[in-house]
Amino acid sequence: MHPAFSVIFFTTSSGAGYGLLALMGIGAAAGLMPDSAMLAIVGLGLALAMITAGLLSSTFHLGHPERAWRAFSQWRSSWLSREGVLSVLTYIPAVIFSGGWVLFGVDAGFVRIAGLLAALGALATVVTTAMIYASLKPIPDWSNRFTLPVYLAFSLATGAILLNGIQALTVAPVPALRWLAIVFILIAWALKVAAWRHNDSLALPTAASATGLGTGEVRSIEWPHTQENYILKEMGYQVARKHAARLRRIAQGLAFALPLVLILIGALAGPAATFLPVLAAVLAVLSMVPGVLTERWLFFAEARHTAALYYGYPHARTK
Amino acid sequence: MTSLPSSTDRKLGLVIDLDTCVGCQACVTSCKEWNTGGHMAPLTDIEPYGAEPDGVWFNRVHTYEQATDTGSRTVHFPRSCLHCETPACVTVCPTGASYKRSSDGIVLVDEDKCIGCKLCSWACPYGAREYDTEVRVMKKCTLCVDRIYNENLPEEDRVPACVAACPVGARHFGDLGDPASPVSRLVEEREGVDLMPELGYRPVNKYLPPRARPSGSDESAPAQLEPVTAEGGFFGWVDRMLSG
Ligand code: SF4
Ligand code: SF4
Repeated sequence: MHPAFSVIFFTTSSGAGYGLLALMGIGAAAGLMPDSAMLAIVGLGLALAMITAGLLSSTFHLGHPERAWRAFSQWRSSWLSREGVLSVLTYIPAVIFSGGWVLFGVDAGFVRIAGLLAALGALATVVTTAMIYASLKPIPDWSNRFTLPVYLAFSLATGAILLNGIQALTVAPVPALRWLAIVFILIAWALKVAAWRHNDSLALPTAASATGLGTGEVRSIEWPHTQENYILKEMGYQVARKHAARLRRIAQGLAFALPLVLILIGALAGPAATFLPVLAAVLAVLSMVPGVLTERWLFFAEARHTAALYYGYPHARTK
Repeated sequence: MTSLPSSTDRKLGLVIDLDTCVGCQACVTSCKEWNTGGHMAPLTDIEPYGAEPDGVWFNRVHTYEQATDTGSRTVHFPRSCLHCETPACVTVCPTGASYKRSSDGIVLVDEDKCIGCKLCSWACPYGAREYDTEVRVMKKCTLCVDRIYNENLPEEDRVPACVAACPVGARHFGDLGDPASPVSRLVEEREGVDLMPELGYRPVNKYLPPRARPSGSDESAPAQLEPVTAEGGFFGWVDRMLSG
């Protein structure tokens, strides 16, 4: 599939923003967050900015953004519509939570309730995003049992890396947060590797089943047109196998391995160290960003659509 | 509403005979000609005379070579919307622009509601939906809704433009929900198939597979012509003069 920047940016930016919002909301509801207005302003401000930027970028890539309001209407059948509805609804508790925390402190009863509701809304929105992809049967790389847990795990892992960095900057490094980030990184990493392995061994339909001709090798010998068309531009995107392998390594290194090592360094530096843990937590964020963007680019670029079979695209992945 | 009707009164669709299709592209051009002024007009062309022409078409004819037991054969394969019974292209649409009619099962796009998110084209396994980058909405085959009920046309012309154009009668139009209709009987007789039925879209359009060829392809080759023997009279004289 064509890796459109707007969608890559939307899913990664909003995903991380929702993860950050969810963790801060749950933390506040559980009474675990330090009562720092600075943390609320920087953390929740960043979460809302990332969510909003992502949603706006996904709106601007529409053919008719001025009609976007219509997308709230079909939540009965469409995951995209559900995503739209939930993303807007989540703003209500998220704004009450953020404003309440800054003005009345994190331990006010309504702030904790709003935090919990914002967290639920954030996670539910991520679920709807994942389900848009997981429900597309023509794209077996997405319509499998890994897409939903991978999206959730990425959202929480990126959110935790962000929160770890923000809390180190605004309050102080928090040991429990480090371990939370490490656990989410390990879960996301394991799930992503499993998803790649699953996709590499998928049994995909062939031109023989796409054309209904059944048995015997079916080779495309003439396209209906000499130049590219919408179908080929949108669904015929192919990424060379050797680039894909290299990019997968880069994504894993930057999104998982390096943040993991940096956060561990922060943990091992000991309670006396002041500068190193903060630096490590911030560097982990800086490493995560290009790593997650690379992963998401691959998510689209490597996905194979059945429509490309009609053009003779070989879908099997040969090693 | 992008929820699907639980059933449709009729299941209008096409039956395409891969045995007779000669790949002449008549259906393709006549579809374009009719529909660029029809329900989903225009079928935009971008740079039609430039180096990289592009544009919206509802119907495209591919050509394949298939290996069979009796040697390989060429198959021409027209591809257009199959007006599926349970199409995810409709249910994924967030706006209600895509819908399936409960009266005849035709799948349509309301251009005034479409936001151009393209998700429906991702959800179609058959590549039947094409985005119009100029009008910025999704376009697709309408089964010529503006012909098949059009009382301004003579009765015999109330079929999709592609069906009317096909010079070899490889395209048939009718109600596939009625087991007694000529198209349903044709599908039964020729063992018509669904494309990628495992995806669960339940296409209404059917494809009739190419008939099996007699083994030993010589049997179907034309008989050798007799060599011309010289005749007498005027033509014989001309023949002798010319070959001399
Ligand atoms: S062929 Fe594609 S566009 Fe047509 S109804 Fe089926 S899924 Fe939808
Ligand atoms: S492109 Fe238009 S018709 Fe297709 S899903 Fe989006 S709004 Fe619906």
